[in-house]
Amino acid sequence: MSDDDDTRADNVSTRFDRLPEREADREVAGRPSREAVLDFWDDRFGVDPAVFEGYTFWERGNGKIWAFAGELETPVDIEALGMSFMRTRQEHWKPTTEAVQRFGHHASRNVIDLSRSEAEALLAGHSQEIEWGGDWGYLIASHEIAGASEPIGVGLYVHGELRSQIPKGRRREF
Amino acid sequence: MDDVLARYEPIVDDFEAFRAACERPLPSAIRVNTIKTTVERARRGLEEADLAAEPVEWHPGLFRLPEDQPGANWPYTHGWIHGQEEVSAVPAAVLEPQPGERVWDACAAPGSKTTQLAALMDDSGLVVATDNNLGRLSALRSNTERLGATCVAVTNEDARNHSLKPFGGMEYDRALVDVPCSCEGTIRKNPDTLEEWTLDHVEGISGVQKGILTRAIKATREGGTVVYSTCTFAPEENEAVLDHVLDSGECRLVEFDLSLESRPGVTEWQGREFDPAVAQAKRIYPHHNDTGGFFVAKLEVTA
Repeated sequence: MSDDDDTRADNVSTRFDRLPEREADREVAGRPSREAVLDFWDDRFGVDPAVFEGYTFWERGNGKIWAFAGELETPVDIEALGMSFMRTRQEHWKPTTEAVQRFGHHASRNVIDLSRSEAEALLAGHSQEIEWGGDWGYLIASHEIAGASEPIGVGLYVHGELRSQIPKGRRREF
Repeated sequence: MDDVLARYEPIVDDFEAFRAACERPLPSAIRVNTIKTTVERARRGLEEADLAAEPVEWHPGLFRLPEDQPGANWPYTHGWIHGQEEVSAVPAAVLEPQPGERVWDACAAPGSKTTQLAALMDDSGLVVATDNNLGRLSALRSNTERLGATCVAVTNEDARNHSLKPFGGMEYDRALVDVPCSCEGTIRKNPDTLEEWTLDHVEGISGVQKGILTRAIKATREGGTVVYSTCTFAPEENEAVLDHVLDSGECRLVEFDLSLESRPGVTEWQGREFDPAVAQAKRIYPHHNDTGGFFVAKLEVTA
């Protein structure tokens, strides 16, 4: 599950298409709407849609969604536009590590607080058994640092186990 | 290698101290990424990670790491800090981009300055980051992602032919032109830098620099600001490039403050005289502030 890694050079010639506002405006089959993206962050993590007010959302490649802090006319044929934000290809949508680190502090649910050693295991890419009374699925993994909670990345919680979704290129062992 | 530095004896004061400083290794430095945290919290995070960090006086959020910097620590993982040589933070600070503006970073990889621009703009507006090297762009991409910059758009092209088309054709408010150069000023970090040095290369790259700066001036609106910088001492790549664009009559050099010790741009080099205005550029030498070497000039677009 390391498809977060968008630093590869093989996306070169593809372009960015802006997400339609609503499902009804959709012209490309399977492309999510802005509304659906905001609903996902709200339903899953309790992030207020107002957080994303100044952002536009774009798709490049199938199901790779980007967040850009501004407006441009669609389509845009360049290398990168803002931040890679989430993946909507699979049944369960998944935020990127970058999006969770940048916006995860707005989340009010499905956030799992890790101890320092659990945080280190997550960052190293390991799976670990952890108790969690909430929903299964993608969680925002956070830990306490410098006096406050700080999101690290995404963990997939299933069968009593938290599986690290930190992309290979960003895993570290201290 | 030939003694490349000797050519600068006529323009550098206390030449022996200059030479001695060039031979000393450079302390590593970091910049706090205010897109993702505050300077205070980053400082606390560094303390918790047992990383000694001394604040750099001339620029808030820059720290020197007296002990060599370990790559893996929590502040880095969270994108709170970015390894960036002290003088490399100069050009973005001199450009002073404002939130909401349109800014072009003409030679952007690996993205230290791009992300610094985005941070200075509170990650709002537009930073277009251009580089002609795809491999280096991938380093830029991983930096913009880790540092959480969302107002950056990346293009892969020769800056001399930069197209405004994807961005609605509107000119920029500001442009940062930190050009590829002979990198003499990085000798403290890369002691091999001067081994490949040739005058042919310096003169060749000077043509590229003129082309990129010319494009940046054209792509910036009247009254807008362009900052030109290099990490070399060579006047061929510094004042001669400014002299060239001043001839076009489309820009003027302006004065600016910098709390680092510096020397004015040189108006004469090897019998050649430059436009006297180039004295408004600043030369930063390793022996004055214990940094790398750098050159920076601020221009106002007048046409």
